[in-house]
Amino acid sequence: MTVPPIPARGSASVAATPGGQGRGLSWLAVPALLFFVAFAVIPLFGVFALSFTTWDGLGEIRLSGLDSWKAVLSDPGLPHALWVTFLVIALSWAVQTPASLLLGTFLAGFQRYRAVLAVLYFIPLLLSSAAIAITFKALLDPNFGLGAGLGIPILVQDWLGRPVLAFGVVIFVVSWQFIPFHSLLYQGGVRQIPRSMYEAAELDGAGRIRMFFSITLPQLKYTIITSSTLMVVGSLVFFDLIFVLTAGGPGDATRVLAVEMYKRGFMANLMGPASAIAVILVLVGLALALLLRRLGGRDQTHSQLEGA
Amino acid sequence: MGLPLGAALAACGSSGPTQTGAGGGGGTGGTGGGAGKATYWYLTGQPNEGVRTRAVERFNKANPNGQLATTTFQNDAFKAKIKTAIGAGEAPTIIWGWGGGGLRSYVQAGQVDDLTSWFDENAAYKDRLFPSSFGAATVDGKIYAVPVETVTPIVLYYNKKIFDKVGAQAPQEWGDIMDLVKKFNAAGIAPFSLGGQSRWTNMMWLEFLFDRIGGTEVFQAIYDGEKDAWNNPASIDALTKMQELIKANGFVKGFSTITADSNADQALLYTGKAAMMLHGGWTYGSMKTDGGDFVTGGNLGYMNFPPVAGGKGDPSNTVGNPAQYMSISSKATAEEKEIAKKFLLTEMNADAQSKDWVGITQVPIVKGIDAQFGTGEDAPWQKFVYDTAANAKSFQQSWDQALSPTAAEVLLDNIAKLFQLSVTPQQFAKNLNEVIGK
Repeated sequence: MTVPPIPARGSASVAATPGGQGRGLSWLAVPALLFFVAFAVIPLFGVFALSFTTWDGLGEIRLSGLDSWKAVLSDPGLPHALWVTFLVIALSWAVQTPASLLLGTFLAGFQRYRAVLAVLYFIPLLLSSAAIAITFKALLDPNFGLGAGLGIPILVQDWLGRPVLAFGVVIFVVSWQFIPFHSLLYQGGVRQIPRSMYEAAELDGAGRIRMFFSITLPQLKYTIITSSTLMVVGSLVFFDLIFVLTAGGPGDATRVLAVEMYKRGFMANLMGPASAIAVILVLVGLALALLLRRLGGRDQTHSQLEGA
Repeated sequence: MGLPLGAALAACGSSGPTQTGAGGGGGTGGTGGGAGKATYWYLTGQPNEGVRTRAVERFNKANPNGQLATTTFQNDAFKAKIKTAIGAGEAPTIIWGWGGGGLRSYVQAGQVDDLTSWFDENAAYKDRLFPSSFGAATVDGKIYAVPVETVTPIVLYYNKKIFDKVGAQAPQEWGDIMDLVKKFNAAGIAPFSLGGQSRWTNMMWLEFLFDRIGGTEVFQAIYDGEKDAWNNPASIDALTKMQELIKANGFVKGFSTITADSNADQALLYTGKAAMMLHGGWTYGSMKTDGGDFVTGGNLGYMNFPPVAGGKGDPSNTVGNPAQYMSISSKATAEEKEIAKKFLLTEMNADAQSKDWVGITQVPIVKGIDAQFGTGEDAPWQKFVYDTAANAKSFQQSWDQALSPTAAEVLLDNIAKLFQLSVTPQQFAKNLNEVIGK
């Protein structure tokens, strides 16, 4: 996971120091750069090259021009997977953002009970996606799961067997897992807002809700953009949880691009088309990240935070 | 350019494999230093793992100059790892697998040795094994793998207690099944248990229906890559009957949410929530362990899949795993290959190992092994499995293993949709015709 670029107070002064010092320290980036080149850039070129070949993972790799691309682009599975991926991105953003914003604001208070709650809220963050998926699968079992165990008929559903329900379950579990992380971002963001602004607003007679919408929310603009970028790009490559929970099913109802890629490459032994999908994933991810940056980049003056 | 990817993948499949040097645990082993070592990977999971481990131990003890070094993997990790290792030229000397389409892809890539002449030299060895086990080892008339280990047909299980309670008889043909569905639904019991999320569980139903209605030729034509073979009227009839059973609520509610890997489908049968279940022979052992006194109390009934009235298939035919398979990597050195062949000849399918399999209620693929079943509580079950396998006119390998991985993925996908009733039999056939021979 990348470190979220939370605007730091001191960043303005670092940037302001004369260029000499900054240049002297640039070698510090070398190890990270080496890893990035070895494990991200080179494989990326490898995948790009593979997308112009035919390979079953076993035999020879044969150049086959645009065959893989034609196969992928003409397959109705691709627009479907893109649409499902888009839905996962949009819905998980729409569920997670308000929830983690409110939770983060709530947890930014310094009361002791909130600190206790904060620890509880962060527990899902400590669990691996595979473990979460297996646990939810067991809980959702219609005959031996939560509904049957507690005798609550409404919880006894064909949760992973109906497309709409299965999709809802995926969004719910993804949100359950990641809201804590984004709450943490917002908590940090809210704590950076100068107290003086709230004091001034209080003097002017603003209520809590007014303060939230007029101070907290605008001041969190960059945190929202950071968190949204992480959510969007994160949901785009979302794989492990969905793969264990539904394996893209029922049918192809929850088959996002990443699952589609895995199935083609490692289950159907079609490495060429799988690589083409991987390239598409990278392009879509880049486009989305750039778009989000641009959305946030327009008016730098809006935030009152130093260095933001 | 595929190299960085392949290398990276080969490095990441290591979800806890355990390496044992040659002679590990073999008592007097370890004296074979300097001698060549062949490599062999196998699956974890007791009790089968123990049988495999003991076989290697016996071999290494008897052959200090040509030892086997083993690595063990959990099932899913193995499937991913072996493929990548073979692709990267790092395959073990002995390649363990399920035969069929997977083996065919190794053969096409020139990764495994032709063993036909080896079997000719060792005709007596070959004659001892179930003939039905060789189908999945044969590609284009040549044998590329040695059938080993055990036979596990798919079996129709039923809960005798529930049958007595409702006053029902075991089904004699497909019509009885449809009647039983009505009867059990009226009694508030799910007729059939099914772990539908796993998809291959649904596939077992189609394997039997295709065979009983159209005989073995229907799938054989698909396997042989005949154009539009899924459009066979028998195939459409089988798919239609399948959907009729689903529409009649033949399967437990919410079956698409139930997975087979959690054994929840078996639990439905032994807790009496479902009356019947079509499942692999391997579930007998787990139901015996997990089901309290369900199996030991004699409540588990089992039978071969019943015929369909007017169908062409021989009712003795069965489907499932005819055996497991061992091939020899063509990339191994001559010395490694010699050791591996010696292991196959002297240890695999030999008496000591067969006894070991029988001891854990399995049925090895050796003719006449039924003489060793004894009179224990598992003997009737083993006898049933042995007879089913030995008397079967045809033993169809599971479709997803028989077809190429590419076609198998499309098949499983469409089976899930068929069971969701989101494709018609005709659409199903159309989608699958597109991947015939791929």
